[in-house]
Amino acid sequence: MELAGRRSVVGTVVSRLLQAIIVVAIVTTIVFVLIHIAPGDPFTSAMDNPNVTEAMRARWRAMYGLDQPLLEQYVRYLSNVARGNFGWSFSMHRPVIDVLKDALPNTLLLAGTALVLGFAGGIGLAVIQATRPGSRTDRTLGAGSMFFYAMPDFWLALMMMLIFAYWLPWFPVAGAVDPVMHEYMGPLAALADRLKHLALPAITLALLSGAAVARYQRAELLRVLPDDFVRTARAKGLSERRVMWVHVLRNALIPTISLLGLSLPVLFTGAVFIERVFAWPGMGWVILNGVATRDYPLVTAGVIVAAATVTLGSLGADLLYSVADPRIRGR
Amino acid sequence: MTDPLLSVSDLRTYFHDGEVVARAVDGVSFDVAEGETVAVVGESGSGKSVTALSILRLIRPPGRIETASSIRFQGRELLQLSDGEMRTIRGNRIAMIFQEPMSALNPVLTVGEQIAEVVRVHTDASRHDAWERAVEMLALTGISAPRERASEYPHQLSGGMRQRVMIAMALVLKPALLIADEPTTALDVTIQAQILELLQRLQEQLGMAVLLITHDLGVVAEVADRVVVMYGGEVVERATMTELFEAPQHPYTEGLMSAMPRLDRDAERLVTIPGVVPPSTAWPSGCRFRDRCSYAWDRCATEHPPLYPVGDEHESRCHLAVEPLRRSESHTPLTVRVGADS
Repeated sequence: MELAGRRSVVGTVVSRLLQAIIVVAIVTTIVFVLIHIAPGDPFTSAMDNPNVTEAMRARWRAMYGLDQPLLEQYVRYLSNVARGNFGWSFSMHRPVIDVLKDALPNTLLLAGTALVLGFAGGIGLAVIQATRPGSRTDRTLGAGSMFFYAMPDFWLALMMMLIFAYWLPWFPVAGAVDPVMHEYMGPLAALADRLKHLALPAITLALLSGAAVARYQRAELLRVLPDDFVRTARAKGLSERRVMWVHVLRNALIPTISLLGLSLPVLFTGAVFIERVFAWPGMGWVILNGVATRDYPLVTAGVIVAAATVTLGSLGADLLYSVADPRIRGR
Repeated sequence: MTDPLLSVSDLRTYFHDGEVVARAVDGVSFDVAEGETVAVVGESGSGKSVTALSILRLIRPPGRIETASSIRFQGRELLQLSDGEMRTIRGNRIAMIFQEPMSALNPVLTVGEQIAEVVRVHTDASRHDAWERAVEMLALTGISAPRERASEYPHQLSGGMRQRVMIAMALVLKPALLIADEPTTALDVTIQAQILELLQRLQEQLGMAVLLITHDLGVVAEVADRVVVMYGGEVVERATMTELFEAPQHPYTEGLMSAMPRLDRDAERLVTIPGVVPPSTAWPSGCRFRDRCSYAWDRCATEHPPLYPVGDEHESRCHLAVEPLRRSESHTPLTVRVGADS
């Protein structure tokens, strides 16, 4: 039984990875077609210089192969990507792969921090609320989470910036590090500088995801609370705290895992606006710049990474599911 | 005579919903002596499970144990203990097992963890020692390969094994009192007998008292020393087991007796007590059983009967105790129906 279980897990992972590749391929195709049929190209929008003649533009287009039929461009792009070559970023004047290599760690840092803060905080608040449902604490926290849940992300980002960077100048307004001084700081000062820049965007993103987690987790806890085994736990002489954190939460966390899987893409897309507002040089910021300048290779590559993150995230959630729930593991 | 182990007196557990009050348990008194088995019998809605939960103070709002109630256990008034003191008694001195062994166990913890948790919470045993005691206790309940079973989850075990796990969890600290709320109702008949036997064997080995909550008089006849019959949130009859079976006094008890299927009688027809228990928000005036009672006369509507002594250690909450002649008079026997119709 143990062996059969393990084999089926491996089988699941393999088939889900194949599915992921197909999904990414389809998404790549759609994005490739969409961005090429969108009006303008890298040489119309970015170079409104009166000295640049139409003949020069045509020559540049030919240089980059943009005058070829779309199908041919697509096939060439795919064969390049298959060999690990994501092309040249027109707007950054660097290989796309280098642009992504710089941006991805920044996004992972921001989204990862926000994810941990948001889920830990949201689950903690939910437990406090569910311990005394209907109490004043419960209602106050519920109103608070509704407030942040309903708030548009870019608006919250602007308000956070206004309050905590402008009115109360506790945090830097934007960027991932101090643009001038960071280079000259010692290791400790450099770390402090990073954390100070990380705080506002991470807290903003954590508030948004934490509010959703708190609302969802509270409902799950209240669903589990009337179960018979909770009464058994109390009859064993456990403290209410232990009943809640060990017995109720362990069961109520299982559905939250799928929320975690779903949150990976939400954090990713949410981060587009948050990164934009805070000028955080991550994936969202890079992709948005790429779209604005019709930087075909950069946008397409960014979307490939996003699609891969989403599919791998949901696969990860499914695997976590089977770790958390012994009833699924047995099957 | 020494004090009884458990002494419940005038227990009232009400559920408040705005103006409406459900008087689920309404003035219940009984004792349990050390080492004996007392059965609390009644149908659904009689208040027997709420009585059991009240003893452990596991009643959740909007339920409330009213102030005049008293529950004394080993000389201490449980209703006056702080929540912390009460927790040192639950699962330790008084343990409880429940009807549904599937839903009463936590699905995401191994059964060993759930048993060892009791040891860890109430004693300063190490993680390893607690686990060993869990395994020992599983072995004592007759589970084969207890060490392997301890690492399994509830869904991997059969219903009978789960109830054995519940029993192991309840008895691992050798409580003085075990409250068993319908412990065999959800099980197959053959498994029922095994679990009852197991409970009796462990009771002898560990010397505990058992408060058995059940609707099944067959189970009562097997294990009980004394019986408390409940109806409408009240005790309606109290007697030793033999006395109750030989000479039931309350019409409700009589009804329960004749509703018991028996092999030595014509099995084509099942006797039932007509009607259902009235809602606890509106007990009838006078005797609460009168709407379903074939003896009922005008006194029953106006005067709420007290518990009349009707013999040695035998009491009945029925005016027949003082007007015995009415028993033979103009009395239509209990409705007899074909079993399949009911």
